[in-house]
Amino acid sequence: MKKVINNAEQVVEEMLQGIVLAHPQYVKRVEGFDVIVRANSPVQGKVALVSGGGSGHEPSHGGYVGRGMLDGAVAGAVFTSPTPDQVYEAVKAVDGGKGVLLVIKNYTGDVMNFDMAAEMADADGIKVAKVVVNDDVAVENSTWTTGRRGIAGTVFVHKIAGAKAEKGADLAEVQKVAEKVIANVRSMGMALSPCTVPAAGKPSFVLAENEVEIGMGIHGEPGTHRETIRTADETAEHLLNKILADIAIKAGDEVAVMVNGLGGTPLMELYVVNRKVAAMLAEKNIKTVKTYVGNYMTSLEMAGFSITVLKLDSELKELLLAPADTPALVQF
Amino acid sequence: MANINAAIEALAQAIIANKEMLTDLDSAIGDADHGINMARGFEAVRAKIAAANPGDDVGAVLKLIGMTLISTVGGASGPLYGTAFLRAAGAAQGKTTVDVEIAAKMLEAAIGGIKDRGKAVRGEKTMLDALEPAYDAFTQGMAEGQSLPACLALATAAAAKGVEYTKTIIATKGRASYLGERSIGHQDPGATSSYILLATLTDFAKANV
Repeated sequence: MKKVINNAEQVVEEMLQGIVLAHPQYVKRVEGFDVIVRANSPVQGKVALVSGGGSGHEPSHGGYVGRGMLDGAVAGAVFTSPTPDQVYEAVKAVDGGKGVLLVIKNYTGDVMNFDMAAEMADADGIKVAKVVVNDDVAVENSTWTTGRRGIAGTVFVHKIAGAKAEKGADLAEVQKVAEKVIANVRSMGMALSPCTVPAAGKPSFVLAENEVEIGMGIHGEPGTHRETIRTADETAEHLLNKILADIAIKAGDEVAVMVNGLGGTPLMELYVVNRKVAAMLAEKNIKTVKTYVGNYMTSLEMAGFSITVLKLDSELKELLLAPADTPALVQF
Repeated sequence: MANINAAIEALAQAIIANKEMLTDLDSAIGDADHGINMARGFEAVRAKIAAANPGDDVGAVLKLIGMTLISTVGGASGPLYGTAFLRAAGAAQGKTTVDVEIAAKMLEAAIGGIKDRGKAVRGEKTMLDALEPAYDAFTQGMAEGQSLPACLALATAAAAKGVEYTKTIIATKGRASYLGERSIGHQDPGATSSYILLATLTDFAKANV
């Protein structure tokens, strides 16, 4: 293992310190916890948003703490859901009296830990609602799974629900628009190379020199299958077709697109992918209103990418295009 | 049992000694963190017990363990094992010794907690595939009038079979479920850690009861 770290046990703590030192105008630490919140938390009279999950997906989720997106982010150990007491501290730190929405990625551990935190906050009389993001189409939903995984589409939930909260909506309205995003967002990814969890010290899987994994999860969980690497266009086409087969988007519809790097992919390659995605959507007469290309939901140093498509209506479009001012996403 | 704190120390040692093996099992079908998380949790349990000195009240010690696991393990194992220890604590409240009947109640309560929290049933490639057969074997031994170490030995043997059984089935809960039929052939890490805990308790009971 070759990493720029001091001590595998201290990675999350030292990262959080670094984030707060880099962005004091945006965020502060909840002392004694692996929680960062807006510098001006709690924002009175606004529904607050809290997300989180295992670390290793930066800038998710701490990078999205700021005006127009999240109020708090909870950092678990690398690839491990944060514990209920940590989430509970985040909820207490951001509640401005209008309630707190928890944005959870659909993993068994995350759902259980956030549920327990919600029970703790309920007992304190804090209004808490939750949404569970499950945008990954790689693995089909069926009665014998716990459902689809939550991946890069989660960033669209932060953006849009965060904008709704900023406009003064109540907790039920913010939850409702978050659920609308979840119903209309789909993603799928692939990996060229694995990543190493610092505490594990070795990669969790191995791919041969010319081999890729299609449908790879953001924790190195296996995807649908392995195949010999193909061109960027062929791979992008395969992923986008899987996405479009899963959601009804017709000619004339408007969408937002995210081509997301998993941490070890050059921006150059992400733009090559985006060229193909844009061409395919244009060919189908689907209108791309806004495109995000970059590292939004990573998996440590994994090489690979995911594509996310969000189908827009007028409300989602307006909220997506609303301003955001956070360490990792700024738009005017 | 001779001393609840000595028993817990034995559990902590066993989990920490198997950290790498559990993580390797999880690498194959999950997210490669089970051993790391469990070891972190039991290190914290050790420290908590040393600092809090909860005495010999089995219920109080188990409650402290449950709370500690919930706040340090994370993932799915934290809430699941944490809830299991909290429920077992309820069944052992005020006791300073554990006999066969109390042990059966603790095991039953722990399994109930795991089912409530994880919304899983037997046959989904989870820790329940080790623990439920273990409970059945334990209570059968109890009905036959066997001793606590003997009942625990029966439970451990059944849990071992349960771990083997998890190799033959498709995961339908937890992150391994995303693998579908590719999870066949791999044993479940959670079932394996449950087996390790039971086997350790059996050895402890044999040596100390």
